[in-house]
Amino acid sequence: MSPVTETALQEAILAAHDTAEPIWVYGQGSKAATMRPVQAARSLTTAQLSGITLYSPSELILSARAGTPIVEIEAALASNNQHIIAEPPDFSRLLGATTPQTIGGVVATNLSGPRRVAWGAMRDHVMGVRAVNGMGEAIRSGGRVLKNVTGLDLCKLLTGSHGTLAVMSEITIKVLPAPERRATLAFAGLDAAHAVAALSAALGSPYGVSGAAYLPADAASMVPMVSWLGGSVTLVRIEDFAPSVAYRADRLRADMAPFGAAEILDDGASRALWSAVRDAAPLPAAPQDAIWRVSVRPSAGPRVARALQLEFGAQYFLDWGGGLVWIAGPATAAAHEAVCEIARAEFGTWTLFRAPEALRLACAVIPPEPAPLAAIAARVKAAFDPKCILNPGRMRAGQ
Amino acid sequence: MIVQHEPKQEVLARSAAILDGLRAILPASNVIGDALRLKPYETDGLAAYRQPPLAVALPTTTEEVAAVMAYCHREGIRVVPRGAGTSLSGGALPMADSVVLGLMKMNRILEIDYADRLAVVQAGVTNIGITNAVSAEGFFYAPDPSSQLACMIGGNVMMNSGGAHCLRYGVTANNLLGLKIVTVDGQIIEIGGAHCDAAGLDWLGLITGSEGQLAIVTEVTVRILRSPEGQRAMLAAFDAIDVAGACVDAIIGSGIIPVALEFMDKPCIHACEAFAHAGYPMDAEAMLIIEVEGSTAEQDELLGRIRAICDRFNPISMKVSNSVEESMAIWKGRKGAFGAVGRISPDYLCMDGTIPTSQLPHVLRRIGEMSAECGLGVANVFHAGDGNLHPLIMFDANDPESFHKAETFGADILKLCVEVGGCLTGEHGVGVEKRDLMTVQFNETELDQQRRVKSAFDPDWLLNPSKVFPLKLPAARSLTLAAE
Repeated sequence: MSPVTETALQEAILAAHDTAEPIWVYGQGSKAATMRPVQAARSLTTAQLSGITLYSPSELILSARAGTPIVEIEAALASNNQHIIAEPPDFSRLLGATTPQTIGGVVATNLSGPRRVAWGAMRDHVMGVRAVNGMGEAIRSGGRVLKNVTGLDLCKLLTGSHGTLAVMSEITIKVLPAPERRATLAFAGLDAAHAVAALSAALGSPYGVSGAAYLPADAASMVPMVSWLGGSVTLVRIEDFAPSVAYRADRLRADMAPFGAAEILDDGASRALWSAVRDAAPLPAAPQDAIWRVSVRPSAGPRVARALQLEFGAQYFLDWGGGLVWIAGPATAAAHEAVCEIARAEFGTWTLFRAPEALRLACAVIPPEPAPLAAIAARVKAAFDPKCILNPGRMRAGQ
Repeated sequence: MIVQHEPKQEVLARSAAILDGLRAILPASNVIGDALRLKPYETDGLAAYRQPPLAVALPTTTEEVAAVMAYCHREGIRVVPRGAGTSLSGGALPMADSVVLGLMKMNRILEIDYADRLAVVQAGVTNIGITNAVSAEGFFYAPDPSSQLACMIGGNVMMNSGGAHCLRYGVTANNLLGLKIVTVDGQIIEIGGAHCDAAGLDWLGLITGSEGQLAIVTEVTVRILRSPEGQRAMLAAFDAIDVAGACVDAIIGSGIIPVALEFMDKPCIHACEAFAHAGYPMDAEAMLIIEVEGSTAEQDELLGRIRAICDRFNPISMKVSNSVEESMAIWKGRKGAFGAVGRISPDYLCMDGTIPTSQLPHVLRRIGEMSAECGLGVANVFHAGDGNLHPLIMFDANDPESFHKAETFGADILKLCVEVGGCLTGEHGVGVEKRDLMTVQFNETELDQQRRVKSAFDPDWLLNPSKVFPLKLPAARSLTLAAE
């Protein structure tokens, strides 16, 4: 099914509801290879619900139908020197996808890029949604204004819900002016613990750092913009008006001298570098490897990486100041359990981001919820999708 | 008087036993049951509505909160959570048969971590208390509602509070990492933590701004940020509202996001000037306060660009601060706006709609017409960058007719906000005040969807009753329960 209007979307879902047949809901399927596979009689794509419906640059607001390709939105914004704040990544290479990702898919998965550490996640900038629940009812939450606390915030609940509660038909996001200039400070040769100390110092400075990543030597060698430095690199991004970028880079280089002499990468190199970090290109993952994303408090990132290096020779790099650990390793249940265990020990969260289908079906791909929360979650699911037809099992088995 | 659900007679009849039950859980001094000491809890920042509760419970730990909730759940008693009671929408208004769960004794800061840029605090810590605790190290907690000296972080989470600086730093929801919550039946759950983006459904985002409908918040993990090197304000005055609005569009269109961008109309300028003697231009129809931050050189650069933009709109006056003192003088009138209006009118209602910023001239014109029709004065302050409008309606609470007119005027303004593409409330919450207007913004299908989410957390509707949802029996409940 590929509805072209919201009414057709309602009819498609209602028909499945009436026969209690599960539906695999997707946009263009660019992230189909992550999370758990959905076993469903029907499939439904929002690809034809496409097009920007409202763009008001001076109000910092853009609305688009769910199937609108992200590249189309980025192009419209770029023509007004604006951008999507959370810098959504493109994991096509990582996941072997050839289709363009859609705004609906980016919001449904709540995936954010390096700017997340300073400016918030995708979900922080979803101002309004139109969606159809599992009973075929059209619902709206939020709106087209930047500040809105009217009623329960279903925008946040639907963002990151992987199509399990409702199918979004239209999304309104807050956008911001794109920076005039970018620069990156690159410190060579630090170990992970010193690197995260450096990143903490940078993020704790008054200089508006908007990217903070650490690439150990193997990861750095994957990225031409920094591989010439040799060994590991610790990366700090500044984005602002041109005079501010020059001033702030100088100040940061002086304040961070104890961590070494920073090379400064210019605007062009910074763009290419942070696109690579955003898309996890530095992760030295073999084609057969599994990939995990672990989110912990930043100071715990190096401990997570170290434990998994010892456990199964993990390859990794750190983003979000050390708090986001990208890990590659053998696609085995034992390696997966090791990732879960260290993430739990550090009170963090994890996602088995890429793995053969068998492993994703056999394991939990995200942590289980504590029993009282799982009970609430089941009732919330029923509140949207009582017959459990929307992407059943996508996030957790049996949900 | 506001209509509430019928109090449960069987609960009222057991009030003595309920006080005993609470005293078995908490020290006797932390349970209030006598009429005199209940008095301070009968209202909140929306003082026009009053209703003493059955009892007040003042727990000091999450475990005590859990025990009180388990008890109330078992006994079928409604619970109204309360922080400092600064809600402007009646969010903490009790019901006669309810226990007010006051979190003000939970006022400890549990952890501050500068390297990981977070603080873990109990729900009763004041908003400014967080900033005060970290300011010596050069950090701050960003959301700054104007009640920040008194309001508590637990209440900020429940109402998703904003402030004057949200255009740059976001609202409460954007500055949280984790919560410790207690469910209606007394179970303790950790949501999120010290890390970003917990996998699974975004409970943190859903609970933030839920106005006490879903759970009790006892601990909050907030992001703390390093303070900017400095900030400086400027003021620009115009002889027409449309021109000031166009100037705001031009500033944002140029790629500059000031940390604050405040708009005041003529009645507001006059009230504030009479109160604060801030040197505001009395002949202006509209005035902007614009604040930027960074190093002195960066401030100069940004203020220079903004000044050049303002110049294109023929301002009748413009003043750029040259010092911290001059910036404070510019802000002085705005920050005292509510008090200033309170001086020229016996009472005022502070409204809180949001509109698409392009609609400002139209909306202010309509508000002016409504004001003339009903004979009540109104002064408008507006967070111009994000469209959040605060009309202050002047009335006399001792005159029932005046109060009724003010309520009607306020409701008409909010309906107008929705009509032009905005919403009923930008930061104060629905509470009891805007409850019956929810049908203006949402249809019944949408309200039922929200009600079913509420039912998933609180099947018996014991949490903060008579708020947010128009009073009707939650028919949606049976749907949820049938699906289980």
